[in-house]
Amino acid sequence: MNYLLTEEQKMIKELAHKIAEEKIRPVAAHYDKTEEYPWEIIKVLAEADLFGLFIPEEYGGLGTSVMNLCLATEELSRACGGIAVCYAASALGTFPIILYGNDAQKKKYLPDLAKGKKVAAFGLTEPEAGSDASAIKTTARKEGNYYVLNGTKHFITNGGEAEIYTIIAMTDKSKGARGASAFIVEKGMKGFSFGKKEDKLGIRASTTMELIFDNCKVPAENLLGKEGMGFIITMKTFDMSRPGVAAQALGIAQGALELAIRYARQRQQFGKPISSFQGIQWMLADMATEIEAARALVYAVARAIDAGEKDIGSASAMAKLFASDVAFRVCDNALQIHGGYGYMKDYPIEKYLRDAKITQIYEGTNQIQRNIIGLSMIKELVK
Amino acid sequence: MNIIVCIKQVPETTDVRINPETNTLIRDGVKSIINPFDMYAIEEAVRLKERFGGTVTVITMGPPQAESALREAISMGADEAILISDKAFAGGDTWATANTLSHAIQKIAKEKGSFDIILCGKQASDGDTAQVGPGIAAFLDLPQVTYVKKIEEIKNQKARVERMTEEGFDILETPLPCLFTVVKEINEPRLPSLKGMMRAKSAKIITWTAKDIGVDAQQVGLAGSRTTVVKIFHPPQRSGGQKLVGEPAEVVDKLVELLKSDIV
Repeated sequence: MNYLLTEEQKMIKELAHKIAEEKIRPVAAHYDKTEEYPWEIIKVLAEADLFGLFIPEEYGGLGTSVMNLCLATEELSRACGGIAVCYAASALGTFPIILYGNDAQKKKYLPDLAKGKKVAAFGLTEPEAGSDASAIKTTARKEGNYYVLNGTKHFITNGGEAEIYTIIAMTDKSKGARGASAFIVEKGMKGFSFGKKEDKLGIRASTTMELIFDNCKVPAENLLGKEGMGFIITMKTFDMSRPGVAAQALGIAQGALELAIRYARQRQQFGKPISSFQGIQWMLADMATEIEAARALVYAVARAIDAGEKDIGSASAMAKLFASDVAFRVCDNALQIHGGYGYMKDYPIEKYLRDAKITQIYEGTNQIQRNIIGLSMIKELVK
Repeated sequence: MNIIVCIKQVPETTDVRINPETNTLIRDGVKSIINPFDMYAIEEAVRLKERFGGTVTVITMGPPQAESALREAISMGADEAILISDKAFAGGDTWATANTLSHAIQKIAKEKGSFDIILCGKQASDGDTAQVGPGIAAFLDLPQVTYVKKIEEIKNQKARVERMTEEGFDILETPLPCLFTVVKEINEPRLPSLKGMMRAKSAKIITWTAKDIGVDAQQVGLAGSRTTVVKIFHPPQRSGGQKLVGEPAEVVDKLVELLKSDIV
């Protein structure tokens, strides 16, 4: 389908595609196996200016564009969903600074992020605060010119490798969700350390780490926005980042479909390639149709955000929900087409299924996405 | 450090098709790319610029569509690109091509001041002659080192380089300006950057004709060529060979017989 991409967007797609095929695909299995952080690829993405796609021009980027970020993430995910999320998670950690940072904070942090010299991460989730984000226990107590952070974050993508973290902590527990605040925390700040590194089912090229704050003194000027804005910042950040997760899902699905087509053409059974069977063709047709529908939705939402559309929470949730469910279904069927070989690690397809699963879970489980969509419809009705 | 890189646009295929009537390559339906060996020359030029400062000027002799090769070179970090294009250049052999390019390089030197290094790929993937680089050096009366695998040092208008040989490598020192042809061992060409691609898209590509570079039209293209392609053909495919089976003594006897009767 022709999505009427601009010349610049075609360039982004072409370049990300080239990187995916020439640099990422050959090493995807290696990183999946070793769980090393793919710094060599991060360097390639940085040199290609891809980290500039989500950062304003005045801070050394190419202008924040969710659509451009989605195009890059989708292409990278075709080759490896794990490496792609290292990239996309840096955008997630950076969005709060772009959306709510003051000029001094932006000047200090964004240029290095735009060049890919440093990567960012976002820290909200805690062992007892997943879908119920208001249950977070990490606290930030004001002491003179500092906030003192105490608590543990877990499941933090890019944890340990990122230099810059946006951390959500409670400044006033008595106010509940309205008592949360967002802070920029740098790796190396005293009292900030890393705990357990998770051993994951998929996206194993990315690190998922525990962050530990033990009387970590964060300068007061690192508070994003005002005290109490933590959850607003989180919600607005997710509104912007969810199309990126959707694009990751889309890329994984597209990559799996391509592998399935190639396998079906080459696999001979009953004396002919299995792609000649209608049963297989129908499966491929359904997969392609669902992917195209997901792509149309993701692009439409990304473009609406870039055009300045304000009320995008629900649409953004729909894009993430739909694309990730499609991705899991497509990968499941792509593996099915591979039969027994698909279940073996000698073939790349099983990794796609493992990588796809997380897109239904992180940045809000798909059940939470449905809550967002449902609630927004009901609110719309009573307006 | 001012560097000139000579590149060629070639068909992206190892399976070259030939028109037997005209003895030329069939380019229809084949994607054009920068000669892979020239990619190493571009990369090395950009690296030298990053090390020592200066400019990188890329030139190519070719039809108007060779402009896309020049734009790609700019996306990798070249500063300027010049297309040397004229109907008179068509059908040139390595002598005529080297003559044309050397005239263009003289014009660059005259207009932009001196240059220090000319870089070429060791050979083109279509013609495989490896003669144009050395030819340019000869026309310009410059020292040259072919098959360079490393530029070790550049100091006091001298360069020390490693030249790859079949046994290993030689270390050579040469005064600048000079010409190097490079092998693939020298570096790993970078992918373009987005900013580079955007710059390449809007870059102005200068075109020079035979008249512009002040070359005698009789000394370029087919007219100026010292060689003629008499015939061009695919070598016959190797046949499958013959397998001798049996006891060693038997097989040796059979083999000797065959060698005597069929082959010798």
